[in-house]
Amino acid sequence: MIEPNYSIEEEREFLHPGHLACQGCGATIAIRYVLKALGEKTVVVIPACCWSIIAGLFPSSCLGVPLIHTAFETSAVAATGARAALDMQGKEDVHVLAWAGDGGTFDIGFQALSGAAERNENILYCCYDNEAYMNTGIQRSSATPVGAWTTTTPKGGLEDRPKKNIVRIMAAHGIPYAATANVAFPDDLYRKAKKAASIRGMKFIHILSPCPTGWRIPSSESVEVARLATLTNLFPLYEVENGTDLTVNYIPPKKVTVENYLRPQGRFHLMSEEEKEGIQRQVDAAWEALLREAKKR
Amino acid sequence: MKKVLMGNFAASHGVRLSRAQVISAYPITPQTHVVEELSAMVARGELNAKFIKVESEHSALACCIAASVMGARAFTATSSHGLLLMHELLHWASGGRLPIVMVAVNRAIAPGWNIWNEQTDTLSQRDTGWIQLYCASNQEILDTVIQAFRLAETVKIPVMVIYDAFILSHTYEPVDIPDQKTVDAFLPPLKNPEVLKVGEARAFGSVTSPDFHMEFRMKLHDTYERVPEEFEKIEQAYAATVGRTYGAIEPYRCEDAELVMVVAGSLAGPTKMVVDGLRQKGIKAGRIKLKMFRPFPTKPLQEALKNAKKILVLDRNLSPGTGGIFAHELRSALKGDARPVWGFVAGIGGRDITPELIESMFFDAIGADAPVSTTIFKGVRL
Repeated sequence: MIEPNYSIEEEREFLHPGHLACQGCGATIAIRYVLKALGEKTVVVIPACCWSIIAGLFPSSCLGVPLIHTAFETSAVAATGARAALDMQGKEDVHVLAWAGDGGTFDIGFQALSGAAERNENILYCCYDNEAYMNTGIQRSSATPVGAWTTTTPKGGLEDRPKKNIVRIMAAHGIPYAATANVAFPDDLYRKAKKAASIRGMKFIHILSPCPTGWRIPSSESVEVARLATLTNLFPLYEVENGTDLTVNYIPPKKVTVENYLRPQGRFHLMSEEEKEGIQRQVDAAWEALLREAKKR
Repeated sequence: MKKVLMGNFAASHGVRLSRAQVISAYPITPQTHVVEELSAMVARGELNAKFIKVESEHSALACCIAASVMGARAFTATSSHGLLLMHELLHWASGGRLPIVMVAVNRAIAPGWNIWNEQTDTLSQRDTGWIQLYCASNQEILDTVIQAFRLAETVKIPVMVIYDAFILSHTYEPVDIPDQKTVDAFLPPLKNPEVLKVGEARAFGSVTSPDFHMEFRMKLHDTYERVPEEFEKIEQAYAATVGRTYGAIEPYRCEDAELVMVVAGSLAGPTKMVVDGLRQKGIKAGRIKLKMFRPFPTKPLQEALKNAKKILVLDRNLSPGTGGIFAHELRSALKGDARPVWGFVAGIGGRDITPELIESMFFDAIGADAPVSTTIFKGVRL
């Protein structure tokens, strides 16, 4: 288990009441911990995504730090531009956080993200992944998992392609730090944001962020369902340093089948038993492979 | 100091002297030299700037936008397809009131691939809210880049400095490069430039409801009303420090001219020559070089054209179904005016516009009371 050696509660809050998120929104929990870790000297860049709404309507903002809204496909490069300006002003101690959804990261923003990673820009890029275009009303993205219902993967045409493995893709750029995180494991998320803040160069954190509306779960179950994603090894917590050094950050104490994760979510209700068994086999194989890779070090 | 420079390098020197702090660009012919030279200037330590080698033009402008929000003087350069790829961000820059300066080298648009000169790329960005200044010489390119930063920072509207592919971009001309002290006196560092400040909980570009959005755009439009006046002041200040001036328009032999041709860009040179030739033949010809396209210099144009009986526009661009874009704009500016306007379209895709071809346009207008059609293609092989 993860042993917290600091108290998150002592840190200042940068997410203020009055935000416009839905009840049980994982993306809101996620930014709360990341900003606690980064602190006041932070500039946030947000492309089109749920968070461009959550942050608040002009002239309000629920974040306690400056925020640049930018075009959908530009978060990584807008963060690069803000970084460049700050560096020219000698403000190298200011963190620049790009905060984007899965659509803005896996799909439309991927080119700019790959460019920033290849150049090893000194920014922290966090993708809060709710596994579909939730802000426009639940359309599939390349982060949508196999078997999921969305409005563009409806009954009869459920998502049949595996989720893009974004962390391994980012790690393959050879960036100093790439990690997964989950809002149900806030100590791990906070530690990773702190660690990223201490590293110079490109940092990428992929945060599983449940969306009760799109996942078809009660808002009160948001964190519990997210926790099951990691307890079932479907969304393992790990980090990759310098492109190759892989560490698994959490090993579940006992085996929990993926059925336990899929069953509570309405988006998976159209899957057949065979398909669920197929997912279990894939998860088991991927977990074994991950542990083998981690052991090699 | 005088140097023989290609148009693209004249632009690079303008950017260096303007002390741009963040430069972000992607290569595209015929612009590439501008940023190649700037990256060399940064590498040699002649310019203290961050040069960011982004993976697309779309990213180039997105990078400049965020840098400008955080208070840096930002520059990019592009052409043709690169400019079209930037289209979305052009609106972000002007809507955000960010004083970014861009060089756009006029090049044709595919299909088929064509790297040669045509103005359709910049003119199709007409409604993006950027000030557009067209140049006719390498000296004018250098001077206009420096003026553009001051203009952009004065009115908080981004500025596009535009010139013709190859005819200027790759052609060497003698250029006077002002010294840094002179330019510093004309263009001081940005004062309180940040839209956002570290430690202040404010946002740029938040969701704006119908309760606010309209006023933001109206204010941008209202500021445009001030641009001609501010541009003139800036030109005067530039003339006082550096010693050169161009004007939003440059009329040539228009006072008593009966036929006046309106052009933009490097066509200003050959049309001047043609006018001189026609004058020798006793034909009262004149020409107007249009530097400023956005905002459109309606009043100075009306004034310069007041004695003309026939008006000609030479467009190296095409809005299919409408015709030449400058002609269309001029007709709109002269609304209610009964004088005939000949709208000539020539030189599309980089085809040569020879003095003979220009002269034939004047003779078309001399030999008729009105144009045969709204748009007349010249130099077409059919």
